[in-house]
Amino acid sequence: MKTLKAVKCGESTKVVKLHGDGPIRRRIMDMGITKGVDVFVRKVAPLGDPIEITVLGYELSIRKADAELIEVF
Amino acid sequence: MNLKIALVGNPNCGKTTMFNALTGSSQYVGNWPGVTVEKKSGKLKGHNDVEIIDLPGIYSLSPYTLEEVVSRNYLLNEKPDVMINIVDSSNIERNLYLTTQLLETGIPMILALNMTDIVKKRGDLINIKALAKRLGCEVMETSAVKSEGCAELAEKAITLGKSRQKSKPLPIFSTDITKTLGQIESIIKTKSTTEHPDFYAIKLFERDEKAIEQLNLSDTVMAEITALTVSCEEAMDDDSESIVTSERYQTIGRIVSDTIKKKASTGMTPSDKIDRIVTNRFLALPIFAAIMFLMYFVSVTTVGAWVTDWTNDVLFGEIIPPAVEALLVSWGTAEWLNSLILDGIIGGVGAVLGFVPQMFVLFLFLAILEDCGYMARVAFIMDRVFRKFGLSGKSFIPLLIGTGCSVPGIMASRTIENERDRKMTIMTTSFIPCSAKLPVIALIAGALFPGSVWVAPSAYFIGVAAIIVSGIILKKTRGFSGDPAPFIMELPAYHVPGAKGVLIHMWERGKSFIKKAGTVIFVASITIWFLSSFNFALEMVDTNESILAALGMIIAPVFIPLGFGTWEATVATITGLIAKETVVSTFGVLFGFAEVAEDGAELWPQLQMAFTQMAAFSFLVFNLLCAPCFAAIGAIHREMGSAKWTLIAVGYQTAFAYTIALIIYQLGLFFTGGGFGIGTAAAILMIAALLYLLFRKPVSKTKQKQLIPVKEI
Ligand SMILES: Nc1nc2c(ncn2[C@@H]2O[C@H](COP(=O)(O)OP(=O)(O)O)[C@@H](O)[C@H]2O)c(=O)[nH]1
Ligand SMILES: [Mg+2]
Repeated sequence: MKTLKAVKCGESTKVVKLHGDGPIRRRIMDMGITKGVDVFVRKVAPLGDPIEITVLGYELSIRKADAELIEVF
Repeated sequence: MNLKIALVGNPNCGKTTMFNALTGSSQYVGNWPGVTVEKKSGKLKGHNDVEIIDLPGIYSLSPYTLEEVVSRNYLLNEKPDVMINIVDSSNIERNLYLTTQLLETGIPMILALNMTDIVKKRGDLINIKALAKRLGCEVMETSAVKSEGCAELAEKAITLGKSRQKSKPLPIFSTDITKTLGQIESIIKTKSTTEHPDFYAIKLFERDEKAIEQLNLSDTVMAEITALTVSCEEAMDDDSESIVTSERYQTIGRIVSDTIKKKASTGMTPSDKIDRIVTNRFLALPIFAAIMFLMYFVSVTTVGAWVTDWTNDVLFGEIIPPAVEALLVSWGTAEWLNSLILDGIIGGVGAVLGFVPQMFVLFLFLAILEDCGYMARVAFIMDRVFRKFGLSGKSFIPLLIGTGCSVPGIMASRTIENERDRKMTIMTTSFIPCSAKLPVIALIAGALFPGSVWVAPSAYFIGVAAIIVSGIILKKTRGFSGDPAPFIMELPAYHVPGAKGVLIHMWERGKSFIKKAGTVIFVASITIWFLSSFNFALEMVDTNESILAALGMIIAPVFIPLGFGTWEATVATITGLIAKETVVSTFGVLFGFAEVAEDGAELWPQLQMAFTQMAAFSFLVFNLLCAPCFAAIGAIHREMGSAKWTLIAVGYQTAFAYTIALIIYQLGLFFTGGGFGIGTAAAILMIAALLYLLFRKPVSKTKQKQLIPVKEI
C-alpha cells in the first residue's frame, strides 16, 4: 500500500482510500481529500515535517504522520 | 422586530471584514461562554433592531473542533433568523462543502460570493444565476474589503428574515442513500421534536456523537438506525462518513464545472512565487529569524520600549502623580485617600498601562502577519519543534514576545487555532523571564553571586526548561489528553493586508486587554495597597508594620523548605504580583531605604546577611516561575475566558515553582554538605514525581460512548 507520505515533492497522485478513524480522518475528508481526488505534493517544511500539498486548487499543510493515513495510487 | 443574522463560512473567507463593513463601529467582542473562542456581535449599520454575529470560521459542521461545536450549537440552538454563508469564490469548491451542510439545517440562508475582485482579476467567469438555481438559494456577489455589495446583501438578508423562507437540502446523494436517509428522517420525525430533521438524519447516518447525544433517542430506535446505516454501508462497501463526504464533493464538482468557467491557469501566481522563497528549504529559517527579530526589535526594544518607558517614567512618574498630588493637597483630602489614589491606583494601574503602547505596536505586527498569510507559514515552519512538547508551531511567537512582557505574549496566543495548544501556551508563556524580572535577577546576582556570569543565563535556561517540562507533563493530564489535534491546516494565499482590517484588529485586542485585564489589576492593586499601608487597627503605618507584614509572618513558614522563610522575602514575593520589579523596591522599603537603584545595589549587604547563596537562588527561581504579575493574570483571564482555567493556570505555575525551588534548594544543601534531612527526602520524592509525570503513559481519553459499532473497513 502506498501512502501520501511516500509521494515525492513535485509529484501528483490520486487518493484511493482513507485509513484511521475519528477526528483526524474526518478532518482530512472535510478538507476535500476524498476518494478519487487529485493531490499534488508541493514541498516539505524546512525541518522535514509537515508537508504542503495542493488539493482542489488550494494549499494545505499536513503532518507526515497524518499523510500516512491517506492511501494513494 | 428583532432580527438575528449569523455570518458563517470557512476561515479566511472574509467574515470579519464583512462583519466590520456591516456593523461599522457598533461591535461587542467577548468570548463564547467558557471557551477561548472569540465571539463578536454588533448592530447592522442604520438598523438598531438587526444583530449580526460573526461565527468562528469552520470548514464543516463536524462535531470535532471547538469552533465547529460553537458554530453548530449556535445555529441549532440559538435559532438565528438568517444565515449569511460567506464563500471565498477564489476557493469555491472547498467553501461550498460547508454550504451543502448549512442548507440542510433549514435555517433561511443567503449566499455571499465574496472576493469576486480576485476572481475577476484571474479572469474566471461565474454564472451567478445558474449557481443560485443549482444551490436553491439567493446568491449575491460581494467584495468585503471594498465594501461592494455589502449593503444590498444586508437588505436581502433582512427581507429573507422577514419571509422566513427555509433553506432546502441539495439533492446530493445517490438513490440508495437517499432512501436510507429518508427512512432515518421519518424515524426522527416521529421520535423527536427537532426542527432540523434533514440535518440530523445525515448526522445520525454519519454516527455523529454530538447529534446522537442531542437527540437522545432510545436504544431500540438507535439500533434501528444503525441497522439501516450498516446495510447501506455494506451495499456501498464504504463507511458512512466517507460516503457522505465523497458524494458532497462530487456534487460540488458537478455544480462548479457547470456554472464556472475557469481560465486556464497560467503558471505560477504571485503568491506561489512568494511562497517559493519564504518557505524555501534553506531560506525559510533565516527569513523567519529576521522577521521575528524585526518584530521583537521594533515592538519590544525600540519603539515600544520608548513609549512604554515614557509612559512609566514620565507620564506616570513625573506628570500625573505630582499633578494629582497637588490637586489633592489643594482640596485638603485625607492622607489615606491621597495614598490610595497615588500609591494604590495610579501606582498599580500605571505600572500596567505602561505596557499598553508596547502592546499596540506588537498587535499591529501580529495583525499584519496574520492578515498577509505569513502566520500560517510560521506554524508550518516551526511545527516540528513545538509539537514534541504539546505546543503549536505558532507558540513560538508568544514565547518570544514573553521575553519582553508576558502580557502581550499571552495575548499573542490568540493566533493559535487549536484550543488545547492555546491553553498550554497561555499557561507556560510567563515562565520565560520577562523584562520586569531582570531587576530581580540583577539584585540576586549582584548581591549573592558577585562576578558570576551564569545566573542570568540560567534564568532563561530554567524558563525554557520549565516550558518543555510543563508541556510534556500537561499533555499527559486529563485536561489536555485525547487525540493529538489534527494539524491539517490551510495555507492561505499571500496578499497585501488591508489597512482598515489590520487597524481594527489591533485596536480590538488592545482595548479588550485594557478593559478586561484592567479590572483585575485595579482591584488587585488596591488590595495590596490596603494590606501594605494599614495595620489591623486600620491605622496608616509603614509596610513593615502593616497587615501585609503580619500576613508575611504567617505565610513565611511555607517557604522554609525553600530556604527563604523570612517575612521580608514573603512580602517581597507578594508585592511582586503587582509587577515583578516591585520585588526590588519592596526589599528597599523593608530594609529602610527610601530609594534604591534598579538592581538594588544599596541592599546587597543586607541581602547577603539575610540569604545564603542557595536560598537566594531558590528565591530567584520561585519568583521567576510562580504566578506572574496581576497584569499577566488579567491577560490569562482574558484569554482563557474562564475563572476556573485562570485559577488552574496560576495554581499550576505556583505549584511548579514551589517544587523546582524546593528541589534546587534541598539538593543544593545536601551536596554542599548539609546532611540528609526531611527536606532532602522531600526533594527526592518530588523529583520522582516529576519523572513519573514526564514519562508515564498519557491518560487515555475518557472512552467515548460507542453507541453504534463502527464497521471495519
Ligand atoms: N481581495 C479581497 N480580499 C478580501 C475580501 N474580503 C476579505 N478579504 C481579505 O481576506 C482576508 C481574510 O479576511 P477575514 O475577514 O479576516 O476572514 P475571516 O477569517 O473569515 O474572518 C483579509 O486579509 C481580508 O482583507 C474581498 O472581498 N476581496
Ligand atoms: Mg475572522
